[in-house]
Parts: sequence; C-alpha cells; structure tokens
Amino acid sequence: MLGKTANGLYWMYRYLERAENTSRLVETGQRIGLTRLSSSEIEWKSILQTAGVLASFEANNDELTKDAAVDWMLRSRANPSSVLTSLEGARQNARMVRTALTTEVWEAVNRCYMKSKDLLARKVNERDLPQALNEIRQITALVRGATHGTMMRNDIYDFARIGTFLERADNTARILDVKYYVLLPTVMSVGSSIDNVQWETILRSVSARGGFRMSYGNDYKPTDIADFLILDKRMPRSLAFCVGKIRGNLGYLAKTYGETPESYEKVTELEERYLSKTIDAVFEEGLHHYIQTVLRSIGDVGAQIEIDYRFYE
Amino acid sequence: MTEKRIFDEMWGREEDLRAPYTLFKDWFDGEEPARLRAKQREAEELFRLTGITFNVYGRAEAEERLIPFDIIPRIISGPEWQRLSRGIEQRVRAINAFLYDIYHGQEIIKSGRLPARMIENNAAFLPQMIGVNPPGGVYTHIVGIDLVRTDDNQFYVLEDNARTPSGVSYMLENRETMLQMFPELFARNRVQRVETYPSDLRSSLSACAPEMAGSNPTVAVLTPGIYNSAYFEHAFLADQMGVELVEGHDLRVVDGRVAMRTTQGYKPIDVLYRRVDDDFLDPLNFNPDSALGVPGIMDVYRAGGITIANAPGTGIADDKAIYSYMPEIVEFYTGEKAILENVPTWRCSEPDALAYVLDNLEELVVKEVHGSGGYGMLIGPTATKKDIRDFRKKLEAKPANYIAQPTLALSTVPVFSNKGLSPRHVDLRPFVLVSPNKVNITPGGLTRVALKKGSLVVNSSQGGGTKDTWVLED
Amino acid sequence: MQITISHTTTYRFEQPVIFGLQQLRMTPLDDVGQTVKDWAIDITGGQHETGFLDHHRNQVQLMSLSRDVTEVTLTCRGTVETSNTNGVTGRHLGAAPLWLFAKQTDRTKAGPSVRRLARQVEGDTELDRMHNLMALVAEAVSYTPGKSQADWSAEDAVIEGHGVCQDHAHVFIACARDLGIPARYVSGYLMMDDRTDQEAMHAWAEAHIEGLGWVGFDVSNAMCPDERYVRVATGLDYSDAAPVIGTRIGGETESLAVQIQVAQQQ
Repeated sequence: MLGKTANGLYWMYRYLERAENTSRLVETGQRIGLTRLSSSEIEWKSILQTAGVLASFEANNDELTKDAAVDWMLRSRANPSSVLTSLEGARQNARMVRTALTTEVWEAVNRCYMKSKDLLARKVNERDLPQALNEIRQITALVRGATHGTMMRNDIYDFARIGTFLERADNTARILDVKYYVLLPTVMSVGSSIDNVQWETILRSVSARGGFRMSYGNDYKPTDIADFLILDKRMPRSLAFCVGKIRGNLGYLAKTYGETPESYEKVTELEERYLSKTIDAVFEEGLHHYIQTVLRSIGDVGAQIEIDYRFYE
Repeated sequence: MTEKRIFDEMWGREEDLRAPYTLFKDWFDGEEPARLRAKQREAEELFRLTGITFNVYGRAEAEERLIPFDIIPRIISGPEWQRLSRGIEQRVRAINAFLYDIYHGQEIIKSGRLPARMIENNAAFLPQMIGVNPPGGVYTHIVGIDLVRTDDNQFYVLEDNARTPSGVSYMLENRETMLQMFPELFARNRVQRVETYPSDLRSSLSACAPEMAGSNPTVAVLTPGIYNSAYFEHAFLADQMGVELVEGHDLRVVDGRVAMRTTQGYKPIDVLYRRVDDDFLDPLNFNPDSALGVPGIMDVYRAGGITIANAPGTGIADDKAIYSYMPEIVEFYTGEKAILENVPTWRCSEPDALAYVLDNLEELVVKEVHGSGGYGMLIGPTATKKDIRDFRKKLEAKPANYIAQPTLALSTVPVFSNKGLSPRHVDLRPFVLVSPNKVNITPGGLTRVALKKGSLVVNSSQGGGTKDTWVLED
Repeated sequence: MQITISHTTTYRFEQPVIFGLQQLRMTPLDDVGQTVKDWAIDITGGQHETGFLDHHRNQVQLMSLSRDVTEVTLTCRGTVETSNTNGVTGRHLGAAPLWLFAKQTDRTKAGPSVRRLARQVEGDTELDRMHNLMALVAEAVSYTPGKSQADWSAEDAVIEGHGVCQDHAHVFIACARDLGIPARYVSGYLMMDDRTDQEAMHAWAEAHIEGLGWVGFDVSNAMCPDERYVRVATGLDYSDAAPVIGTRIGGETESLAVQIQVAQQQ
C-alpha cells in the first residue's frame, strides 16, 4: 500500500470521527442550555474548548452566543473541525484513496458528504437542530456500517481503525482535560445540582449516560466517572479502550508486514504505564498532570505512525 | 442547414427504421414514458452517488459536475463496426510507425511526403525522445480516435488523440448503468462486451513492460491529483485494474528505478500509465516548476528502466496540422490507402488556403492547431458577426495556428426528451490499446451527444452529454 | 598527445539535503581526434542511479544525493589521447536531425544586437565566414571572467560587450544559426601550456559546414581546437551540455568549489 493511501485512510476516518464528536458536543451544549442551570455562555465556551476550536472561534467572532457557537461548530468553513469541513475532509481523503475503498464505503461517504452539504447549506435554526444532528449521526453511521460490513480485514482496515481511535482518544482526553476540575474529589460542592449537571454533560458528550448507569448505578461519583472515561475497557470511548484498539491494529500491521515498528512499542508503553493502573493511583499522581501526559503520549504515537508507515516523503 | 437532410442513425434520411434499431424500437414502443423518465432520474442519481464527476477548469471553487447521461443507446451494427475497426487499426499502426520514424530516421520527411517545417516548428516535438526506443516499440499505448458520421457509409476521423485520451470511464459506467437499469434490453439484443477493457488495459500495459521487469510487471496510474478534471477516471481505472494510483510526490528515483513510496518502503514500478502531460512529467528534464511529475523519470526511461504510457512526445502525431497529413502518413507506413477518411482540411499556414478560409469563415469550422476541448474554435454557421470579426483578426495574426474544415452535417441519434425521442448530433470516440503484438479495439466507445437542439458541440465542458454505445453481434 | 585530467567539484550545504538528483554530462567518449584511455567518476555523499546516451550522444549519468549529507564531492579522473584535426570533428552522427541545430534556443535567440553582428560576417566560403565570425565575436564580446551571469543569453552578452567562454560560444552559435548554418555548443577541457590548475571547464562552438561536417571554433582563444582540446558533451546550447544539472529539496545555501587539473602526460 502507498504511504499516501495509509495517510488518506487514517485521515478519512479521523475526520469522520471528528464530525461525529463535534456534532455530539453541539448536542450536549444544546441540552445543557435547556436545563438553564448554568450560564449558557460559560458552557458554550467550555464546549468550544473541548472541541479544540475556542481560540479560532474567538479570533473570528466578536461575541460568544449560542447561535454563533453552534454555527461555528456545525458549518463554519473557517473552522477546520466543523462538522461540514470535517465531512468534506473525509470525502476529500476518500477520493484520494478511492482505490482502497469498497464501492459501498465510497458511496456511503459520498452520500454522507452530499447530504451534509444539503443539511448545512444554511444556518440551522434552533427548532431544526435536533433533527439535523440526528441525520448527521445517521449518515456517518452508514459509513461506519459499510466499513464493518464490506471492507477486508487487512492493512487498509487497520489504518482506518487507527485513525478512528486516535481521534476518539484525543477527543475523550480533551473532554477530560477541559473538565478535570469537576472530577476532583476535593471540590467543595459535591453533590450539588450544579455538579450533577456538569457530570451529566461529560457523560452526554461521550454518549455514555446509559452505559454508566448500567455499570455504576444512578449515583454520579466523580471518581467513578473518571474511572469510566479513562480506564474502563468496556466503554468504547474510554482512553483505555481506544488505546487498546490502536495497539491491536498496530499489532495486526506488524504481523502483516513482518516488522514491529516503533509506534507499536510506544503505544504498548502508553497502555502499560498509564492505562493499567487503578483510578486511585491516577488521582494520586494528579488528574490534570496525568491527562496532560496521556494526551501528549497519544500525540507521540500518532506522529510515530506517520513516520513508521511513510505517510509523507 | 435544413434539418430534413441530416442523417439519423435510427431513421436514416427518409424515416425508414434502420435495421440495428429494430429490436430497440419494439421495446421502446412498449415502454411507459413515465417509467423511462423515472429511469432517467435513477440513472442520474446512480452517477451522482458513484461520484462520476468532472471538475470544471477555471472556476474559483473546484466544482464537480455530472456529465449528463442519456438512456437511449446508440446502436451500431456488427458489419459497420468491422469496417470501422479495420480503419482504426490501420490508422493506429500508422501513427506508431510515424512516431518511431519522426524520432529516428525521419524517412517521411526525406521522402518529401511531409514538409520538414511541420516537425521543425512543432512545439510537440520532443528532442529528448530522439533515438529513444520505447519498450516493445510502442509509443501510443492508448489511443482515442474521434469519429463522426454523415451518412450510412460515411465516417470521418475528426481527430486522433495520441497523448492521454480520456473518457473511457464513462464508456464503462454508461454500460454498467444500462445493464443495471434495463437488463431486459440486453436479453433481447446481443451487444458486444466492453467490460473487459480494464483487464485488457492491464495486460496490454504489462506486455509493454521493460525487459528488466519480471513476469508480473508492476503497473501504476499517475494522476495530477484529486483536483484534476479527470481524477475520477484515473481512480476508476486504477481501481478496476487493481493497481496503485500514484501522484508525483509518491514517486522518486531509487536504485536506478522509479519507485513508489509504500508503507513498507520504496517499490519499483515497471509500467507507468501517466495522465500527466509531457511538460509536467519531469521537472529535472522539462518544466522545472512542475510539482506533478517525477524528477529523473526521463533519465530512467531513457536508460530502459520504466515504460511510460503513452510515451513522451506522442503529441507530435495528433496535432491538427499533422492531422491534415494523415492520409499520406497512413499510405507511407502501411502501403495502403487509408480506410478511414479525414475531414477535408485547409491549413491556414498555406497562403491559398488562408485566403479561401478568410473568404468563407461563415461556412467553416476553424480550430486551433494545438487546441482541445472545443475551446478556441469558431463554428462559422452558428457564430455571430462579431465572433467572426474577432476570429478573423486572430486568424490573420497567426495563420499557422489554425486549420479550417467544412461544417459537417453530423449524424443524429435519438435522445430521450419530454417529447419522446428527439434527434441530437453525436460523435464517437473508440478506445484502442496497443501492445507489441496486438491492437485491441473495444467495440463501440464513448458517444458524446450535443444535448442542445441543433448544436454541434459535444464537449462535456460545453453542454455535451454521453450515452451507451452498442455494437451488435454478427 | 596524452592529456590527464582531474576535475573535483565539492558542494557544501548549510542545511542537510533531504532529496536531490544530479544529471551529469562529465564523461568524454571516443571520437574523432580523441581516444579515452581511462575515465572514472567517484561520488561521495551520493550514489550513481542510472545512465544513458542522450540524443546528442553524450554519456549521461543520473546520481542522487544521500539524505542528510552536507557535503558532496564528484571527482572525475582520466586520460585521453588526442590528435590535432584542426577543429574538424566530421560527419554528423546520431539520430538528432541537422535542422535541430539550425533552430535557435532561448539562450541563442537572435535579438537586434546578435543580428547586427551576424550581418557583418564576410567571406567567400562557409568556412571563411565562420572564421570571420569567430574574430567578430571576440571583438564584440571581450573575455572578462567574473563579470557575466551564468544565465545570460547570447543577446545579453553582445549588449554587455563582455563575457566568458560560455557567452562566446552562445554568441557564435546564435550568429551562425542566424546565417542559416547549423551550430552547437561544446563543453570540454583545454590543456593550457602555461599552467595545470584551472577553475572551470572550457566551452566552444562547432558549426556544421558542407563537405567538412562539424568544425570547432574557440572564440575565447581565437582558434580552431587542436590536440589540446578534449570534448566532453555537446548540445544546442549550454543547458543541453552542462556538466551538472540538478534539483534538490533541502540543502540550502550551497557553496561550490571546483578544482580542475589538465596536464600533458610526460
């Protein structure tokens, strides 16, 4: 496979994942707004921050309003991570790696792009927002379904998966990075309704309220939430789960190519050193410091993959 | 022009149903127009979803557009095709012999059949190809011959495309779409297959591999990238052949070969089907500003380390000034009269011809010698007075840049419209594969149709569409 | 005469090279008036990739620069046996048609100054006229090292009134072609009687004269090449015959040192 193709697959699936994550964050923000328990402006600021687009938003907008934030995240072409630009990026990369994709996947991603262009052609008003978000979820799910159902389990699939999970791990780590302070057990107002909202926000932004209840019951405890998002291997957006998948796919690649690359060593180290401990040990180390370290390591693994598999000249 | 006198491929001149269309007409008469209209929409949706688009040049935003597809097949009988394909094969063999000669002894010039100035002052002549022997002796691995028809037995070659002819993906997708939508039509009519083209292309290219290649040569398609107007076709062909689609920055010279950067290191390529123009192919040897090519590929090529298809420098065989000498060229290299006729052509570089052309601009089609895509041409009969005035100035300033031809009464074929079947003008581009021992012509080719009533311009960039082209068995 | 040549080119890069290719035309071949006894090119900091005979029958080598190098050295060494042919290298060989040498290139395109010069040429025979042209060019363009630009055209050099051997060759070729005589550029070595060390290769021109074939004219030395000349490459102009043409990514700020020794073997 061409290095460029590996690169294109990796980014195609990163962009798809990013589009989903961004639209989920918009949904979360929208829901919090409805509870009216916190200041909408502060929440949207933290949502933009979680999406990693706050700085660019502020550079391009005078005032932070809900409408402006939603528009920035859904459709702004100036925002490289908006749903629209992400899906365009996914489709652009899909075009580049067209020969590596099945017809089903190509058509799904093409449909996804055409549909999102229609959906997001104009500003989405508040009334239509839930419907639009719902449709975006469906069209991206279609690509995922076609991928699972029709793609060979070979190096093509491995690069697609690595892109997906690197983006997802990055996203979860960023949520934790922005919200870590509400997960610290020392917070004074434990159990207050404000914290409940915050915790619910976090779970909502990883689509995991149901999963959490199933595992930990109805009581939100910050250490449980942290454990769930960081270390729980059953939870498909936890850091441990995502990193485990990356290691798995790098392992398949190593086997296919008969060569164990440095990125595999790096991801193994990340997993063993940081994701195989207890949540208490994490808090002991200091949650913020820990998350920063993991975020950096994930970045390192990504950069090493680019080198190992010759994404660029 | 009087509409009545134009030859229609379904109805002839006198409203007599022509034989190849008999079974089709039975079927069509039994169809509900509403169902067909739905099918027409379904076809468009299929094309949109498959992403068969072309990018329009010269627009700020790289816009992707569909080429309109018409569901009514164009039908050619077996015997008609046999004669055509004999003529095409003869012409393509002559083109290859001509290219060899031009880059070696130039016997055709020494013999006086072709004036030396046709080569001397031709920008498409590539000195770097002088004395080079392309692997297998093949220059034009893929050729598209543009044909037009004016009567039952009258075809003309309008143009030879010996550089990087495009459009074959439409030929294949058009057939695929028709097979999906109207399987019953193919059950009634025995239509010759075109689906083998990608595998034929791969074997044909493989047969032209350099000597050092193994028994299973590595083939790749070189594209300028996703913003190129024909990118879809490049990806499509690579996919269908099961070979890599590469860009210049995927390639570099490694150990004396041109190699592609894979996830496991550099891997040498034996045959490169390039869809990048000569000038951009190698910044070390040609245009140094090109970012689309591969520095040093010409060195590797000249040392026999790779096959470039089509060979660099083939453009000398297909410009419109050389075209006017094709009857002489065919006769010189094959020893036979050309089976396919040229459209009579005035070379404006010749004073007598220029004078005639200037006197008759209203009647003629005037084309740039190096132009393509229907740009930069004048169609006298439909041009405004001002168009003609403007063109006259250009022509007088640089007569050698132009040739002129009579306006041909191009045949029409039916397209599906609100009124049922309506006649529209068409041309035909059959695709030819050349390997050392074989000339392979896919039955049919790409039919381009001018969708605007009365229009003669079939180019997709100017409102043309396409349709499936059938060559019947027997 | 046995001539020994040693030619070392050293490139130094401030930034390491990422990728680079160089096309070399640095190998003399057997020809009229010269027999190559031995010749070798050594490369450090790069490797030989491939080679071929180009359409001017020059031996071309393609070499790549190694990744991350900051210094590349090319060393050509060898011995060539020569004889005096009074500049005549004879019949045109190879597939390149003669008309190609009658066409101007970007470097030799005749502007008003070149044309004015060409119009002054006198002589009864083609050969006379070319000798006369050689003298006229030397008069119009004084030999002044260090003041001309490597990318000058023939017209530039005539307008400036000075140049080096490359400019002399270009002006001669431009005028010859303007007079309808095929001409070409020659790059090579010249053994000098008074010294061995030189800073650059030499260049001269050849004109194709009916009956004789190619005949060399060295404007800079006002003579037709004799047994002290070694021909290395020919072409339509400098860009066809240049000893090195390169392309590179990375490796900015280059310094180039050339050391040439040409001596008669004792």
